[in-house]
Amino acid sequence: MPAIVDRPRQRPLHPVHGFFLAATVTLFLGALLSDLAYATSYQVQWTNFASWLITAGLVSGAVVLVFAVVGLRHADQREWRYLLYGLILLGAWALGFINALMHAKDAWAVMPEGLVLSAIVLLLACVAAWMGLFNLRVGDVP
Amino acid sequence: MRRPAFWAGLGVAVLLAACGNEANISQQGPAGVGPEPFLPGQQRGLLPKMHIASPAQWGDQRPTVPRGYVIAAIATDLRIPRQTLVLPNGDILVAEGKGGGAPKLTPKDVIGGYIKAQGNSSVKGGDRLTLLRDGNGDGIYENRSVFAENLNAPYGLALIGNQLFVANQDALVRFDYTDGQTRAIGAPVKVTDLPSAINHHWTKALTASADGRFLYVGIGSNSNITERGMIAEADRAMVWQVDAQTGAHKPYATGLRNPTALAIQPGTDQLWAVVNERDELGPDLPPDYLTSVREGAFYGWPYSYWGQNVDPRVRPQNPQKVAAAIKPDFALGSHVAPLGVAFSTPAMGGEFADGVFVGQRGSWNRNQPVGYKVVFVPFREGRPAGAPIDFVSGFRGTDGKTRGRPVGVSLDPRGALIVADDLSNTLWRVTPAR
Repeated sequence: MPAIVDRPRQRPLHPVHGFFLAATVTLFLGALLSDLAYATSYQVQWTNFASWLITAGLVSGAVVLVFAVVGLRHADQREWRYLLYGLILLGAWALGFINALMHAKDAWAVMPEGLVLSAIVLLLACVAAWMGLFNLRVGDVP
Repeated sequence: MRRPAFWAGLGVAVLLAACGNEANISQQGPAGVGPEPFLPGQQRGLLPKMHIASPAQWGDQRPTVPRGYVIAAIATDLRIPRQTLVLPNGDILVAEGKGGGAPKLTPKDVIGGYIKAQGNSSVKGGDRLTLLRDGNGDGIYENRSVFAENLNAPYGLALIGNQLFVANQDALVRFDYTDGQTRAIGAPVKVTDLPSAINHHWTKALTASADGRFLYVGIGSNSNITERGMIAEADRAMVWQVDAQTGAHKPYATGLRNPTALAIQPGTDQLWAVVNERDELGPDLPPDYLTSVREGAFYGWPYSYWGQNVDPRVRPQNPQKVAAAIKPDFALGSHVAPLGVAFSTPAMGGEFADGVFVGQRGSWNRNQPVGYKVVFVPFREGRPAGAPIDFVSGFRGTDGKTRGRPVGVSLDPRGALIVADDLSNTLWRVTPAR
């Protein structure tokens, strides 16, 4: 007879929430790869790509933030992981916004700050996605 | 729910901290004017410093001129007048047009383009030449006709004998012209194509050599500072020398980011230019300039500015080109945006008899606007000798509104300065009071 573990009530992410969360990671990953390509090739088209990918990541990330805030209303007050998830998400978005402004500089003026920020933003987005898609999903579906 | 409020507060705090250094308003006036300008260190916050002109109507107001001079509007409702040419019989030709249309490559291009457009006229470029005539010499140009139309953003104008040359944004063309003519006969004849791919800086400045053999064409760079790629800069940021008869060309001088107006100095027959330098290196960097253009010289763009001051935004760098760069003659101040240059004549009188007039369209990349006026740079023995003097000002009112933006300037040898204003679409004429 399997043991029944009494976990706090948790909901899986709404599919649209999960979709945009994954998309945000992919877009920020694309931005970092584009930055790396520019840093090694000096071909400015790569930094143009990075600018658009960061912008798209911010749009996608904004949708995730909206879902996160709405979800917070339904979340268990004691669920600190959900709050941490939201905080990391917000941090990724805020740094992503700064990174977008950084990428609005001309040519090599983006470097090296833009590359470093792209890496940090991607890391935060990955952590948030891990928490959102993995941790928050293990619970009883109501 | 206390915590969401905390998040929101934190988020705002992060953003404010990010933007905080933008609140430091530069209170300095235009630094770096003259032959040896002071060059501060480079700076660029998270956002470029900006102050976009807020347009207003002139109403009963007029630009300000020195005591002893009068100003009058001799044509209004033009369609983006940029450069003018005073013909031998006193008629004035006005080139009207607005070119460009470089593709928007980044979110910045989309947003920045919209913001900067707020400070410009919304009138569509005329793509034509308008001819103005003052039949009885009373200073009122009562006759106005379209000399030529369906051109492609005409800008530079030059007359050699009975041939009128017009620099469209994509080609140098020629009309036959006889004294007193008010309308071009026949279609323009192409002299040579001009570099026009992308056309980030579309204006093609033009002047003719004193002996009439050559035309000089100013071709601006295809970017602020190579952000459209190095390949896009082939044949850009230079002055061409074009054989007036054959159309054959060669680069005459290079590394001039945006040479927006050219003029031949009377007496010496030396070519001079005003050049718009790069943006986003700080409010007082680097200076726009007035310079004699030395054949074969390299003036720095994109690798360096004002001689050997390296621009770190350019990759790959080129130390050999930096070492070869020469300094311009006279700094006009950073971001003043000179778009017109004309040598004065003794008929202008007094302290304005010997020197050049420079039309300054005015800054965007600065919290404290500069330019927005026509200055006079006094000359002595053929060289700039003294600080610029305001000649036509008041385009930006004390109310912070901008009523006009002076661009091309030309001299009527009978004693008048013609100033094109591409915001109010007006042609101004300044004369000594008689």
